[in-house]
Amino acid sequence: MTRLANGGVVNRQRRLNFRFNGQEYQGLEGDTLASALVANDVKVVGRSFKYHRPRGLLTCGPEEPNALVQLLSDGDQPNLRATEIRLTEGLEAKSVNCWPSARFDLGAVNDWLSPIIPAGFYYKTFMARPWDFYSRFIRKAAGLGRLPTERDRGRYERVFHHTDLLVVGAGPAGLRAAQVAAISGADVMLVDMQMSPGGHLLFHSREIEGKAGAEWIAEVTAELKGRRNVTCLQNTTATGYYDHNMVLAVEHEPEAAWLRERLWHIRAKKVVIATGAVERPLVFPGNDRPGVMLTDAVARYVSRFAAVPGQRAVVYTNNSTAYEHLELMLSVGISVEQVVDLRATLGEAERELVQRNSIEVVTNGRIIGVEGRSAVRDVRVAGESGIRSVSCDLVCHSGGWNPLIHLYSHAGGKSVFDQESATFIPGEPVQAVHCVGAANGTFSVAGGLGEAAGIAGSLVEELTGKQLGSYSSRPEVAEIPYGINVIWPEKTLKGKAFVDFQNDVTTADIALAVRENFQSIEHVKRYTTAGMAVDQGKVGNPNVIGLVTKELGEQQGSVGTTTFRPPFMPVSFGVIGGSEQGQLIIPARTTPITRWNIAQGAAMDEAGANFRRPFYFPRAGESMDDAVAREARAARNACGIYDGTPLGTFELQGPDTAELLNRLYTNRFDNLLIGRGRFGLMLREDGRFLDDGVTFRVGPHHYLMSCGTGAAGVVYAHIDRLLQTEWTDLKVYLVNVSAGLATMCVCGPYARDVLGGVETDIDFDESFRFMDFREGRFAGVSVRIARVSYTGELSFEINVARRHALMIWTTLMNAGQNYGITPIGSETSGVLRIEKGFVSPGHEGDNITNPFDAGMAWIVDMEKPDFIGKRSLRRDLDLGGERQHVVGLLPDKHRALVADGSALLPDPGGSGRSGFQGHVTAACFSPTLERTIALALLKDGHHRHGEKVLISGLEQSCLATVTAPVFFDPQGQRMRG
Amino acid sequence: MLEIPCPWCGLRNENEFICGGEAQRKRPADPDRETDEAWADYLYNNANPKGVVTEWWWHVSGCTLWFKIDRNTLTHEITPIEELPE
Repeated sequence: MTRLANGGVVNRQRRLNFRFNGQEYQGLEGDTLASALVANDVKVVGRSFKYHRPRGLLTCGPEEPNALVQLLSDGDQPNLRATEIRLTEGLEAKSVNCWPSARFDLGAVNDWLSPIIPAGFYYKTFMARPWDFYSRFIRKAAGLGRLPTERDRGRYERVFHHTDLLVVGAGPAGLRAAQVAAISGADVMLVDMQMSPGGHLLFHSREIEGKAGAEWIAEVTAELKGRRNVTCLQNTTATGYYDHNMVLAVEHEPEAAWLRERLWHIRAKKVVIATGAVERPLVFPGNDRPGVMLTDAVARYVSRFAAVPGQRAVVYTNNSTAYEHLELMLSVGISVEQVVDLRATLGEAERELVQRNSIEVVTNGRIIGVEGRSAVRDVRVAGESGIRSVSCDLVCHSGGWNPLIHLYSHAGGKSVFDQESATFIPGEPVQAVHCVGAANGTFSVAGGLGEAAGIAGSLVEELTGKQLGSYSSRPEVAEIPYGINVIWPEKTLKGKAFVDFQNDVTTADIALAVRENFQSIEHVKRYTTAGMAVDQGKVGNPNVIGLVTKELGEQQGSVGTTTFRPPFMPVSFGVIGGSEQGQLIIPARTTPITRWNIAQGAAMDEAGANFRRPFYFPRAGESMDDAVAREARAARNACGIYDGTPLGTFELQGPDTAELLNRLYTNRFDNLLIGRGRFGLMLREDGRFLDDGVTFRVGPHHYLMSCGTGAAGVVYAHIDRLLQTEWTDLKVYLVNVSAGLATMCVCGPYARDVLGGVETDIDFDESFRFMDFREGRFAGVSVRIARVSYTGELSFEINVARRHALMIWTTLMNAGQNYGITPIGSETSGVLRIEKGFVSPGHEGDNITNPFDAGMAWIVDMEKPDFIGKRSLRRDLDLGGERQHVVGLLPDKHRALVADGSALLPDPGGSGRSGFQGHVTAACFSPTLERTIALALLKDGHHRHGEKVLISGLEQSCLATVTAPVFFDPQGQRMRG
Repeated sequence: MLEIPCPWCGLRNENEFICGGEAQRKRPADPDRETDEAWADYLYNNANPKGVVTEWWWHVSGCTLWFKIDRNTLTHEITPIEELPE
């Protein structure tokens, strides 16, 4: 165990057992999985993606590229970073991308094969033979982690929040910005991704304004918590910055124990980004060996978790920040064997520090090799006095800092290269966003605090009009001034030097891409896959860009950068869905009859507009075909009943209603008599079917319109838009009453007898004509009853308030008992429709068919001054030419199975036509005719009745005779009689 | 997600609305008099400018008002242009 006896935030009284890669370990409360592994001396935590090289922890934070694990104990979650998993009792995890184990991985053979699998290997190699052949092998090797097979047991929620000022990041700059802004009384929200506030002050103690870092954090935090206008969230990652200052943040393990994650949609008037920076690796051969770790990460493990990652360290750096951690390392017993500095000279403060602690420094130094495959043994150091091997078990390196400008970039901002700090920093912001501190390239604490106070002060002044001058001063902080000199490795070095750890991209790959003439950074990125792994190049991207620039012989910063896009960190699907899981994703709509239907054993099916409707009502031992045949015969020979509640119903009132309907429908409605209904056809402006349905005239200026289930929303939008945007002079009120009404339809020869058997003041005698409607009392409640038919039978539709619907339904079922009343499902309705050849906007009425093609010229009044679609129909008529028409098909084989959508081909033994002739739009077995029938769209079909066509099927094709599209009661005597 | 200024309801999230497209597309008063080209232009063509465009929006999950706004397609800057109808 390499756990210190004192220090850190871990609770030494509370030991936690956990398993990693099958081994039992113990950690402490307060650990992350990563820190617990460090404390247990576990060096190899995973395998790299391409070469399967053993990898150790590189970082201590969310930018970790190596330690990707599959979490097994809390659901089954792939590709989590060990640095972000809070250790809990019984936690179990394993490394991804290795088999059989992380210590011994068969895939490591790729590492020896690496000379023949360079960048672009797939693009170059797998071109000659069919992809199908290779893909079988490649798919096995592809992907990281394992998809969970079980349903996610975690629970999630989404919340919305509005605030004046959002501060992202609770490091010194973020805390100061929130503190200053809060004084003004403005609403402030502070989100931070770590478990506790403080940022890098948590592991790098500095005195601020004469106080120790921890004390300063505690004071500011307490002050913020005491204010009612401040909301502070820890463990919360701002993952994306969207339009109009919308920031999404994922809160992990919120206070509510039943919740795994919570997604915050935060709309802020102003946003301050204080996300800090992450350390950049140095590029040298073997820089991915387990035991090679960023300097900043070593400091974090030691001071925050009291876990010591090694005993004998070599520190390798090109900048001053590594020196800040040397005394911490010495104080916990790490022997600093050597500092290898790429720079020629040190700053004064650095020189003084190494002299005081008698540390050997090699200036102008290089690490040219790292020995030890699964743990560092020694490094080879090249300095001014030659090459020397230094024995060590830890290499700490620092290549400078990458400001976390992701959110700024999401907001639309471009980054600029700062020569002095050799990094990309924010340029001009696009939205109301301001970067402060290290995120803005201000790497000194004092500078960051001053900047944060200044910006927060001016922002709240803008928001509230209050002046807060006093905070804007730059406080005293003891720190070494930041100095960096980026020196790239020589090409002659042997061994792999990695720039992207997760996707295994080396300096050689970058050089190869540039040699092959990839010059844009975006192209190099896609060709080498650098920066495209799960970590999205958080640590590696600036090195990739720097190397490409160098290879191209350009000046650093001149080739631009890649664009950061949301999310900043991977976001679980669960939290995106929130509580909208399972049945709540799209809640099914019900009618008052739904429960009754289900209780009767109806097979339910999706209908339009999120309704689920009975498909058919199987009795014991019946197949679907049996049930449909029985229901269809009942409707034709006795009495059927179905629930039409999902249909749309609109009330239209006002003096111009008749004029509106004349413009909406292809036929006239102004001459409709009160108490009568008329079938209407509604087109889109391009002359294609929108919907059809029956509209009744209730009073001089009062109409009732019905439309199809799926079309109800579209038709409502269509009419409402015309009334509000085009025909604003028409005085019409449109109200969608669909949800308030229930509709039941009784059809068949005995329909009149069934209705007459119920207590009512409505006469169902011969005077109740087809397309009449009547209002009255029925079974004790007010109803509207219309004589309309969607089945071709004598048929009555009952409209009633929803609360009475089930009572009416059961009353009708009782009244119809002696007449063989039979509930029918949507499949049976479809069969009855096809028998009658009623054109359906969703089937025959596709986006090409016009009413003339459908044989519905009788309903189109081209003499009307105007209606929606008329101008486009006029063009169809002017253009002429051969069009597809709706026809009926009678297959030669009476029981042929014909699938909807089957292609129609010319009769091989017949006409001189060739090629595709059309397709089947709807087919069924007609129980009434005892044969298969179909409706189809056929080229020039109106003129081909009596001809034969071939219905092409997957298994067998069959000839069919073209007929008029009506198979039963062509004169409509049954429904009109 | 954009914030759309509804004249009735104020600033509301975009997912309460349906965008009705460019407001310059006005249905001709007498379609029969339009040439085929002019009619096709009305039916299918948008100006799709880089910069400010006047658009119809429908507050379908709110007050159901149709109204116009100016939206800059480059910056998403939105300017309300309609007063509430009397």
